[in-house]
Amino acid sequence: MAHNILFAGFGGQGVQFAAKVTTYAGMMSGHEVSLLPSYGPEMRGGTSNCAVRIDSKMIASPIVNEPNILMALNQPSYDKFAEKAEAGGYIIYDDSLIKRSDERTDINVFPIPATKLARENGYTGLANMIALGYMAKKTGFLSLEDIKEGLKKAVPASKAALLDKNIEALDLGYNY
Amino acid sequence: MNKVLMKGNEAIAEAAIRAGCMHFFGYPITPQTEVAAYFSKKLPKLGGTFLQAESEVAAINMVLGAASAGVRTMTSSSSPGISLKSEGISYIIGSDLPCLIINVQRGGPGLGGIQPSQSDYWQATKAPGHGDSHLLVYAPESVQEIVEYVFTAFDKAEEYRMPAMLLLDGTLGQMMEPVCFDNIPTPKKNEKPWATNGHKNEREHNIVNSLYLKPEELEVKNFERFERYAKVCENEQRYEEYMTEDAEIIIVAIGIAARVSKSAIDEARAMGIKVGLVRPITVYPFPTKAFDKIKENPNVKNILTVELNMGQMTDDVKLALECKKPVELLRHSGGIVPTPKEVLAKLCELNGGNK
Repeated sequence: MAHNILFAGFGGQGVQFAAKVTTYAGMMSGHEVSLLPSYGPEMRGGTSNCAVRIDSKMIASPIVNEPNILMALNQPSYDKFAEKAEAGGYIIYDDSLIKRSDERTDINVFPIPATKLARENGYTGLANMIALGYMAKKTGFLSLEDIKEGLKKAVPASKAALLDKNIEALDLGYNY
Repeated sequence: MNKVLMKGNEAIAEAAIRAGCMHFFGYPITPQTEVAAYFSKKLPKLGGTFLQAESEVAAINMVLGAASAGVRTMTSSSSPGISLKSEGISYIIGSDLPCLIINVQRGGPGLGGIQPSQSDYWQATKAPGHGDSHLLVYAPESVQEIVEYVFTAFDKAEEYRMPAMLLLDGTLGQMMEPVCFDNIPTPKKNEKPWATNGHKNEREHNIVNSLYLKPEELEVKNFERFERYAKVCENEQRYEEYMTEDAEIIIVAIGIAARVSKSAIDEARAMGIKVGLVRPITVYPFPTKAFDKIKENPNVKNILTVELNMGQMTDDVKLALECKKPVELLRHSGGIVPTPKEVLAKLCELNGGNK
């Protein structure tokens, strides 16, 4: 298996955290992994993105130029990266914030109103986990159980109290 | 195997602590600030010294002081900050002191940009400061290799009494990869009879200095230092060969450029193009030995250097080949990383040119 995943959204939407959970999930399930965040002024108020590679073979370059899975959580990210997604790949996007701007028919596009679902179900700030759960369901890139294992590893001990909420948000997205 | 995910920058600091470096002096600059941030959390609890100095110039001179006292010490910066430190680096070289300097390079010259670059290659390998001077320079390509070479750099710096540098790029500093600390070596405990530490009047006092007003004395000192550099060039060359055995085209690249090249090589091999990679791990000393066979091998048609600068390492490659093979350059500057597609296109072009 080989997945080149790009997570993108506003700074503060949890893009980096979703990427970290995914990377840990890949690592814990026995795969080679790498994570490369964007850094610098892009992060401050603008778009933040994070490239994750999961592969059964050694990973050469950590850079993702053409993601086969794109998670877009804001409009600028969708506009910037949708055209770069690999043909036959997947786009998961938050349609409570994003209006689809492309006309591609060669990719699998799955909208989920993650931010709205988070707000209405008491998971404010966890739209990232809702979208990640949904991504696991729609792409099958890793199992939900793998992602939960990754989540346990990615949540620092000082924030262990938040683990249950994150798991519930993953479930909500998976069962959407 | 106990693996954790770590940023390259964090792994530098963790490895250094495990290698016995308890004294860090630095000044923040993107894209290496996590090095200092990690030390600031860990070192005070361990009884070490973390100090954010008032400037890069101050930080490197604090390293000069700590190194004089014989402790393992280091600093970290990115390109413009390294230029500021270069006076102090020259003093440390002139004082024959070991220490570790990290350069997580960003685009230059001037303030340049903050995205990944390899444009300080010449500075690191040819002129780290004024005077006849060199550093040991390591250019790892992964987070795990960063850990390994932090240990090597400290050990070798002490063995040869010269500063060592890890020459990285923004990608390696920022990226996260699984890293394992299970098999790390025990840091060497080198004797430092020259150190200006406390000795209860049991020996003559030591002087650490880089000022020699008599040219005859300074010349002797410099010739002695270059004898050590000759030993370094003889004994410390490190490099990796990737699929070079039957290769007709050989890429030479370091750091992130090497990793991008490996992606391209895997694709090119699938297309039947015989291509391999020589990846220098030390860039001072430049691994000339890697090219001894290549330059005489009739099967090798082309050499391709891939660099995140205008072609600084290419000069060293041509010298190592004694200009016996044609050398092509694929380059980006200013913070742009070449894509595997670009490298692959260049390989196809070179391969077609051979037919």
